[in-house]
Amino acid sequence: MEGWVPHPSCFLRRVGNGHKRRERGGLPMSIVFYLLAALTLAGALAAVTLKNTVHCALALTVAFAGLAMLYLELDAQFAGFAQILVYIGAVAILIVFAILLTKGSETPKEGVYSKNSLAGLAIAASVFAVLGWAVLESARVLPGSGSAPPTAPAITVLQIGNALMGRYVLPLEIVALLLTAALIGAVIVAMQEKEGAK
Amino acid sequence: MTPLTGYLLVAALLFSIGLAGALTRRNAILVLIGIELMLNAANLNLIAFWRYGPHPEALTGMMFALFSIAVAAAEAAVGLGLVIQIYRHAHTTDLDRMNRMRG
Repeated sequence: MEGWVPHPSCFLRRVGNGHKRRERGGLPMSIVFYLLAALTLAGALAAVTLKNTVHCALALTVAFAGLAMLYLELDAQFAGFAQILVYIGAVAILIVFAILLTKGSETPKEGVYSKNSLAGLAIAASVFAVLGWAVLESARVLPGSGSAPPTAPAITVLQIGNALMGRYVLPLEIVALLLTAALIGAVIVAMQEKEGAK
Repeated sequence: MTPLTGYLLVAALLFSIGLAGALTRRNAILVLIGIELMLNAANLNLIAFWRYGPHPEALTGMMFALFSIAVAAAEAAVGLGLVIQIYRHAHTTDLDRMNRMRG
């Protein structure tokens, strides 16, 4: 498949009319996207607002699963399954273990929100305002908004493996080193007190 | 609304929810959950740009997201190890009550 090369007239036309043509694969925004986005955002919202910490961890798992399905919707199968394996399989379980080890599921008497939570909420809202404004303002010039419909890239695991072992072999080795160091460091940090107590 | 704009808006909302969680919760584990949500929002951006970008066959955004997932896993392991250690030391995970670095 050859790369998408925009013709100069293409730009003129794109700036001229703001909205896009219907894509090859159906509606521009499918109903599946809306459902998955609602699931993900509801899970994320529940994960940061619920009182019981264990419920928060479960809601976080729902958000991770929604994100994995969004990746599948974006034709990134490998990233979607890596998300399921790493986040739902490892990170969510790790968070549940940490909650149970720290008695974090008990709701504190003084509430779950910190003293300056209003300021934090205001900062988050302003960050979302800026991000949303930037996205909507730049919607005309973003890729995918033009008349050239992006076709679904057929990426096989073989290609990903070749890229990982070829062009991205140095980052792969660095990530391997980072993971080893992080896991050894986590074990040492979490075990130190126990060794001293014995 | 184009598909890419929709994904970017979802990612922006997810990032803001994660930021609000990280800034407003007392429990250190909940703050880590907020950070995880922010990292995931960035990954969603990377994959959406890879999908609708001009050269998806170059796999750049996908690789970036995969490495980002690996780094986030390392961050979660070390962060939760630190939280457990702080709990053993101070017997609390309440960030408002952890106001000194000295033991």
